[in-house]
Amino acid sequence: MTSLLEMSGISKSFDGFKAIDNLSLQIGEPELRAVIGPNGAGKTTFMDIITGKTKPDEGSIRFGELSRSLVGMSESQIAMLGIGRKFQKPTVFEAQNVRENLAMALKNPRGPFAVLFYRKSREGAARLETIAEDINLTEHLARPAGELSHGQKQWLEIGMLLAQDPRLLLVDEPAAGMTAHEREHTTDILKRAAKTRAVIVVEHDMEFVRRLECRVTVLHEGTVLAEGSLDHVTKDPTVIDVYLGRSDAGH
Amino acid sequence: MTQTRRSFVQRNPSVLWFMAAIGLFTALVAVMSEATGAGLISTSFVKTLGKTLCLCLVAIAMDVVWGYCGILSLGHFAFFGIGGYAIGMWLMYARTEMIVTESLANQTIPATPQEISDAIGNQIFGVVGSSEFPAIWTFADSLAMQLAFVVLVPGLLALVFGWLAFRSRVTGVYLSILTQAMTLALSLYLFQNDSGLRGNNGLSGLQNIPGFQDSGQDIISLVFFLASSAALGLGYLLFAWITDSKMGNIIRAIRDDEARVRFLGYHVESYKLFVFTITAVIAGLAGALYYPQAGIINPAEIAPIASIYLAVWVAIGGRGRLYGAVIGAALVSLLSSWFTGGGAPNINLGFYTIQWVDWWLVLLGFTFVLVTLFAPQGIGGLFDKLVRKS
Amino acid sequence: MIRALLCLVWLSVFVSAAAAQDLQHILQTHADEVAKPSRGSVGDVVEDLATSGSPRAALFLEQWAEKNVWRDDASGRFFFASEDGETLALTDIDSGAETTAPADGFTQIKPNGGVRRVISTVLVQFQLSDPDAERRKAALESIARRGNATQLEPLIASLDTETDPDIRARKEQLITFLTARFGDDPEKRVAAIKSLSSDTSVEVRAALSQILASSTGVAPTRPEGNIARIIDPTNTPDAAYAELVEAGLAPPAVTASELRAELEANIVEGRVGGVPVAQLDTKAARQKAYSALAEAGIVPPLVTEDDKLEALSSHVFYEVYDEGNPAITDAARETLDAVETRVGWAQSVDLTLDGLSLASIYFLAAIGLAITFGQMGVINMAHGEFIMMGAYTGYVVQLIVPDYTLSLVMALPLAFAITFGAGVAMERLVIRHLYHRPLETLLATFGISIALQQIAKNIFGTQARPLTSPDWLGGALVISDVIQISYIRIAIFVLAMIFLCLLLYILKRTRLGLEVRAVTQNPGMAASMGINPDRINMMTFGLGSGIAGVAGVGIGLYAQVTSEMGANYIVQSFMTVVVGGVGSVFGTLAGAGLIGFLQKGIEWLNPSNTLAAQTYMILFIILFIQFRPKGIVAPKGRAAGD
Repeated sequence: MTSLLEMSGISKSFDGFKAIDNLSLQIGEPELRAVIGPNGAGKTTFMDIITGKTKPDEGSIRFGELSRSLVGMSESQIAMLGIGRKFQKPTVFEAQNVRENLAMALKNPRGPFAVLFYRKSREGAARLETIAEDINLTEHLARPAGELSHGQKQWLEIGMLLAQDPRLLLVDEPAAGMTAHEREHTTDILKRAAKTRAVIVVEHDMEFVRRLECRVTVLHEGTVLAEGSLDHVTKDPTVIDVYLGRSDAGH
Repeated sequence: MTQTRRSFVQRNPSVLWFMAAIGLFTALVAVMSEATGAGLISTSFVKTLGKTLCLCLVAIAMDVVWGYCGILSLGHFAFFGIGGYAIGMWLMYARTEMIVTESLANQTIPATPQEISDAIGNQIFGVVGSSEFPAIWTFADSLAMQLAFVVLVPGLLALVFGWLAFRSRVTGVYLSILTQAMTLALSLYLFQNDSGLRGNNGLSGLQNIPGFQDSGQDIISLVFFLASSAALGLGYLLFAWITDSKMGNIIRAIRDDEARVRFLGYHVESYKLFVFTITAVIAGLAGALYYPQAGIINPAEIAPIASIYLAVWVAIGGRGRLYGAVIGAALVSLLSSWFTGGGAPNINLGFYTIQWVDWWLVLLGFTFVLVTLFAPQGIGGLFDKLVRKS
Repeated sequence: MIRALLCLVWLSVFVSAAAAQDLQHILQTHADEVAKPSRGSVGDVVEDLATSGSPRAALFLEQWAEKNVWRDDASGRFFFASEDGETLALTDIDSGAETTAPADGFTQIKPNGGVRRVISTVLVQFQLSDPDAERRKAALESIARRGNATQLEPLIASLDTETDPDIRARKEQLITFLTARFGDDPEKRVAAIKSLSSDTSVEVRAALSQILASSTGVAPTRPEGNIARIIDPTNTPDAAYAELVEAGLAPPAVTASELRAELEANIVEGRVGGVPVAQLDTKAARQKAYSALAEAGIVPPLVTEDDKLEALSSHVFYEVYDEGNPAITDAARETLDAVETRVGWAQSVDLTLDGLSLASIYFLAAIGLAITFGQMGVINMAHGEFIMMGAYTGYVVQLIVPDYTLSLVMALPLAFAITFGAGVAMERLVIRHLYHRPLETLLATFGISIALQQIAKNIFGTQARPLTSPDWLGGALVISDVIQISYIRIAIFVLAMIFLCLLLYILKRTRLGLEVRAVTQNPGMAASMGINPDRINMMTFGLGSGIAGVAGVGIGLYAQVTSEMGANYIVQSFMTVVVGGVGSVFGTLAGAGLIGFLQKGIEWLNPSNTLAAQTYMILFIILFIQFRPKGIVAPKGRAAGD
């Protein structure tokens, strides 16, 4: 397993508060990885830094065979390199229908003029159908995304990620607000995606993480506290202390 | 489920309707104008209608940049004005040259080029106490160059300004204020006597088209009316095509969630810049057709308030639909000239007489507030509701 | 002789009270010299008059010089008299008793210019030592306005006995000026000139420039004299050539229109000088035709550009000082430069004060906006109209209450109350429905703005209405000739400072401020803690609007009150808030400071054109936002993100 993403020594502070503190992490390709941690552990900032939304104070992020540095690249450049991101709150374009949402995400030239003169292709349409099937939205392709249920929006967003055909998927709390049945389907989609690419899932819900059956990284105060299988990390006394212990003890 | 390919017109039935409507309207006005001898519509009203068509054109440009792309630009009327100034410079130069050559021809000795140029300079810049041609008038004698400027100057200004603004991620109300500042700076600059564009006198006599001095204003007004109508039709087609393309999806997505589009890998700034610039160019063209019909352009035309009115038209007509912008611009500008031109009957309340010349702006202001509050989709939105119901 | 006389006058001043002598008596003693005075003989008379000790001696000298003294041909007595048709109104020289007599029997005494100068010199001396301090001051001011060489000695002579310290200082100052300009001894003059280098007053600069007065001239070779500089004529060739023509050193140039007129006058059979008329449409052809005419002797020869340049280069254009001594002009130049440098510094202080007052105006105009925009994220395009409403409130109060101080005191709270009410009404009726649609807030408030503007126009007309400030705010605080600032601007500055403190207090120290900040940061959380966000938004908006009203009164005091005054401030106010950093009172302060100072700075660089200053100002702001999109005082941390 070669390493696709390599973060080393990343730090970022906001007004003296260290959101990320000397964080190092490696993801291989293909790999499914769950990142867990209590509130304020720096999970969102961690994603912001990878996707270029936030610039780290120090440290390096390298991506791909060429080990290209992601620090200083714009969001769209990073996205074009093959890193897709799903936000915590489902963000789909509600005014447009499901097909249009997916079509925008399809892997195609992204320049304004290429887009202006873009003509629909048979392959594109076929790929779109496949993804729609994958995320269970085939019947809803013509509906405005705003009319979908919460879970369907989550799926649509994952579908848009898949349509981008990224090498690395960052998925922030995909199961939030889903019914048990929907969760199961989401797990399937993610596991299937992770067969060909790297997927990082940030999640609160331990049950969901357990079902992913993957390697787990525990973040705490902006740094990696433990890494390994879920069983392994949940037995780690420091993890119990800061994470599980705290939730037991309450506030 | 497989999708059957549908044509552009099938996807956008409104385009067909619009083309039919404007074609019919144009034909009717042309037939009833004084130029054909029917004289049912006065020459001055043909001009008003022609000007209104130009305003509709700049309004659809505004609709694309604001209604579709979400950039509330308070500067598009400035581009409109620049277009007017660019063509106005040629009109004024060429006409003055004609007059001057004619008057110098009566002299015993033929005039030297220097004398002709001095006399033109005196005619044009006498009002600002100068007779020298400023550098920006270098190409004023060439129609081709000035026509190029109609497109290039608004385009370049929009490109540079947009690049600066979008690059530093100025968005939302900040961007609106920034565009307003740009407009204010431009109009203040033009107000100066040494701006080279005759300060607050502006350019005048633009209704006299050099080369057509033998045709009456009835013919000229009809020609410009037809040209404005064609420009509006073509502009509508262009913008309908852009907004129907995948570009349309992207810019609407940018309007709704710019950050998300970025994470899809699109370079949002380029898209905004494209839309900002192309709409500025169309605004410039609209201005170049408008001002020869208006006859005069001065810096007050470019004042920030004009660009805000543009937004008002689009908002009242209904954002995000091109025909909405046309309805809004036509309705509000025609109503406005009806009320302020003394066409509306005054209302006598016994203790006070409401004179619409004075109270029209108050009415417009409050109507606009009500539209924003209760009909954010404007007239176009109501229209859509009716269509959906039937 | 004058010196001797002066000493005598001194004597007279002291003896005057003790031994007053009858003037008429003295005059009769010198009757001939008085009646027909000459420069040589007048000394004795003046000497006697001066020593007479009569308090009316100065009056006599004055009247004598003014040709108001007449002599009775019969008795030989002298009188002050004024002619009134055929009769004379006579005044007795000693007693002041008034009578009338027919003009026939009297002869007017008319001293010549030389005599009058002697008299006036002595008179100055009298005035400078007049017991009445006001008259001494008046005499000094007259010298300051129209100084001449003859005043120097009396001035020096009067210094010793001067008791009033202010007047003494003034005398010393004038002595220095006069010495610098008219002193006999070049070394003393240089010393006097050099001593002026630390004074920036207009008087000093005027005195120095008078020493440096010069005139331009042109000559075939460099002339003798104290040459200030040699001028390069090629910078303004036409003017220089005209000067040559005026000095008779070159033939007059033929202007293009004269040339044309000559050609028109000499058309022979469709040709001029052999050139067909139709070909005369270039400069070269016209010159050729003219030259042909000139050769035939019909017209004066053509002066070509080359001729002109040749003439210019073979003459020296110079500027020569009126003062012949280079040591003195050098010293004056050096001193003037030093003074100008000091004036430059003083001007930058003045500019800073100007900038400060402009900044206070922007701060006042923008701070209300900073609250509504910064704390609530609401764009209020009608903010400018609230400023206008405040100003009109002041105007209406002044119509009812004629006392300006009282009306001002009443207008301030009233303006606050009215605009507070208007703001609350607007928030309740419009803005609260649009909290999540900022662009639409912008448009809706714009609708309100045009309606309010038009309503004001309908009520008050388009004419500008004055808001008169009370007398104690009139005038200016004068620190020096260069640095002065009007009291109104100081008052606006003070008002701005009061608002700054008040606002900081409200936001940081009061319950309302705490709740406002809570609602800004997290409306949901604030609501769950029992804060009513609706009420807070209403209060915040009212506060911001109320401040705009008060600012309107302040601005109205120094600018005209019109229905459009708000529109003039709205863009600048937004700029101030955006440049400063949204949501921070100090940011607004910094923004106002930056914009105020910058605008004054640009105006200073290009004083004739305030429009250009505003244009450049806005361009600067557009560029500034490129580099600091969040403003000077940027919001920090994660809150800064979207």
